[in-house]
Amino acid sequence: MSAPEPAIRKTLADANLQLAIYNNTGRFKENRRKAVAPEKLPEYQKLRSQAAAVKRHTLDFLDVYLMQLEAAVTANGGKIVWASTGQEAADFILNLAKERGHNLIVKSKSMTSEEIHLNERLIEHELEAVETDLGEYILQLAGQRPFHIVAPAIHLTRDDVADLFTEKLGIERDTVIENQAMTARRVLREKFMAAGIGITGANFLIADSGAVVIVENEGNARLTHSAPKIHIAIAGIEKLIPRMRDLGVFLDLLGRSASGQPLTSYTSIVSGPRREGELDGPEEFYVVLLDSGRTKVLADSQKRESLQCIRCGACLNTCPVYRKIGGHNYPWVYSGPIGKIITPQFQGREKDPWLPFASSLCGACAEVCPVKIDIPGILLQLRREHSESPQGSEERTMFRRWAWLMRRPRIYSFAAKIGLGFLGRKPNSWLKRVPWPANRGPLVAWLAERDFPAPPPKSFRDLWKERRR
Amino acid sequence: MDPRDILFGRVREALGRKIGQKPLPPPEPLLRIRSEPAASKLEIFRNALESLSGTVTVAPEVAGVREAVEKLLNGRTAIASNNPFLAKCGIPDISGVTSGIRDSAELRNACVTAGVGITGAYCLLADTGTIVLRATPEEPRLISLLPPVHIAVVHQDRLLTNLDEMLSMIPRPVNASSAMVFITGPSRTGDIEQFLVRGVHGPGAVHAVIVSGKNPPE
Repeated sequence: MSAPEPAIRKTLADANLQLAIYNNTGRFKENRRKAVAPEKLPEYQKLRSQAAAVKRHTLDFLDVYLMQLEAAVTANGGKIVWASTGQEAADFILNLAKERGHNLIVKSKSMTSEEIHLNERLIEHELEAVETDLGEYILQLAGQRPFHIVAPAIHLTRDDVADLFTEKLGIERDTVIENQAMTARRVLREKFMAAGIGITGANFLIADSGAVVIVENEGNARLTHSAPKIHIAIAGIEKLIPRMRDLGVFLDLLGRSASGQPLTSYTSIVSGPRREGELDGPEEFYVVLLDSGRTKVLADSQKRESLQCIRCGACLNTCPVYRKIGGHNYPWVYSGPIGKIITPQFQGREKDPWLPFASSLCGACAEVCPVKIDIPGILLQLRREHSESPQGSEERTMFRRWAWLMRRPRIYSFAAKIGLGFLGRKPNSWLKRVPWPANRGPLVAWLAERDFPAPPPKSFRDLWKERRR
Repeated sequence: MDPRDILFGRVREALGRKIGQKPLPPPEPLLRIRSEPAASKLEIFRNALESLSGTVTVAPEVAGVREAVEKLLNGRTAIASNNPFLAKCGIPDISGVTSGIRDSAELRNACVTAGVGITGAYCLLADTGTIVLRATPEEPRLISLLPPVHIAVVHQDRLLTNLDEMLSMIPRPVNASSAMVFITGPSRTGDIEQFLVRGVHGPGAVHAVIVSGKNPPE
C-alpha cells in the first residue's frame, strides 16, 4: 500500500484542523521544553541515560523480570493472565464478565487496548464498555480512533463536542467547555458506580513489587480501579521496570515529556485486590500481559530499543511530519515517529512499506525521546530491510544500474549529455516539470513538491577539464 | 500448551536465553536524595501545590486544625476517614462531618453525597506538591476521590522532599497497602481544545492542612 495521499491532502487543506494540530502540539512542545530546561531540571540528561539503560536492561532479560512480576503479583493476591494475541486478551475479559454476570465495563485510557480493538470485541458480545477519559469518551461517541497517543481528541473543537453531545446524549447544545466536561462527569459518574469491571492500562509494571503504575490527570483511572468489583490492568510485556526504586526517574521524565507537568495529577500504584478489613477497592485483580507482536520486536537486538517507549508523545509533538498530517493518516493507532517505527515491526513491513520513508530524518524525535530511542536510525534500518526485500526489487535494480553507469565514465558522460539535452540548459532557472521520457514514476512525485535547479551550461566534468589545462 | 509457557518460550527464544539462565545485574538505581530544612521544604511544598491551584494551611498545633478545617468546609457537609490522626485533631466532632463508617455500601453512599472528603495522608512530597495516600481499612480510596473537594490533614513530620526519599525509607510500599495514590493538585483535563477544566472526575479543589509543632503520641 502506498501513502494515503488524498486523505493527507485533505488534512493539509483543512485550515481549522491545521491550526488545531499546530497549536496543540506546539503548546505541548513548548511546555516540555520549559520543563526539562537546565534551570528547571539540571539532571535531565542523566535521567534520560538512566531510563534508557534500565529499560534496555529489562528488555534484555525480560524473561527474568516477567517471572519476578508474576511471583509478586500472585503473592499480593492478584492473578497474571498471559495473552499471545489481542483475541486471547479479549476472550479472557469476555469469559470473566460472563462468569461474574457483569455487563457494564468502565475503561480508562489505554493505547494497548486500542491496539487490540478491545472495545469493539466487547461490544460485539453485547457488553457495554465505556471509555471514561474525557477525550476517549468523546472519540467513542464519535466512533473515531485517537488522533494523538496522549491527547486523543486534539483535532476536535468545542463545537464538534457540542454537536456530538446533543446527538448522542440528547442534551441541549452547549459550547462552554466547562459545561461539557461536567456533562461527561455526570454521565460517567453513574457508569462508574454501576460498573462491575474496570479496565485500565499500565504505564509501568514493577517487577520486584508486583505493582501496576497508572498515570493520569482526570481521576477516571482512579475511579476505574477503585469503584468496580473487578480491576483488570492490560499491558504489553515491555512495560516492565525492575524495581520500585526505578520509578522516580521514569515519573520525572514521563509527565514532563508528555505535557510539561513535573507529575501528573494522579499516579496510582496498584498491587492487588482490597485487603482484609478494607471498605472499598476491587475484590479481584488481574494483570493481562500481552505479546501481540512484541516478541517479534524483541528478537531483533538492533531494533529491540523500539520497545523502550513509555508513550509520552513528545516525538509526535515535535515531528514536522506529524504536525502537518496529524494522527489519522498513519495506518495504525500509534501515530507519529514512534508509530512509524513500531507499526512495521508489529504488523509486518509489507503492509505499509511507505511508512519508514515518510520522514525527513531530521532527528527531532530522537532528541526529545526520554528513553533515547534512536528513531531515525531505526527508520534507516527499516528502509534498508525494505530495499533488501522482494518489495524493494525496483529500487535495487535502479541502484544497480546507477552503479554500473557510475563506474563507466565515458558512458556516464555520454548519457549525461543526452539527458541534459532533454532538460535543456538554462542558467539560474528551475525545473518545474519532468520532460519526456522520464515524466512518470518516482521522479514526477518527487518534483511535485520540489523545484530542481536546471543544469548549468557546463557540467562539473567540463569545468574540471578546462581548468586543468 | 499453557499460554504462559508459550509466551515465556517466545520471550526466551527472542532473547536467545535458556530457562534459569542468570541475568546481568541491573543498573544501580538513581536515587536523588537531598536534605532540606523543614521550613524550606514547607515553602517548596506550598509553592508547588499553590501553583496547581491547591491551598496549604499550616495549623500551629493539633488544636488549631479544627478551626482550619471548619474554615475550609465553609458550612459544607463532609465525610472523614477513620484515620486516628483525624480523630486526634477533632475532625469527627465538627458539625456536618460524617465519620466512623464501617460498612462498604454506606461508605459509597456517603462519598457520593458529601460535599467534601477529609483524609489523612501517608506523607507529602514537597518538590511536586504531592499528597501520598495509602488505601487501608481506616483510609478508603473513595473519600479522596468522589466528593468534589478533598482536604488532607497531615503532620509536618511527614513532609518529605521527593519520591526517592520516600522509597529510601520504605523500599516496598506495596507491603503495607494494595493501592497507593500520589495526588498532585486537583483533577484536571485539557482534552477539549487544551482548555483547562478542574474537577472533571476527581475533586476540583485540593487543600492540605499541615500540622506543625509537636506530634503528640497516638
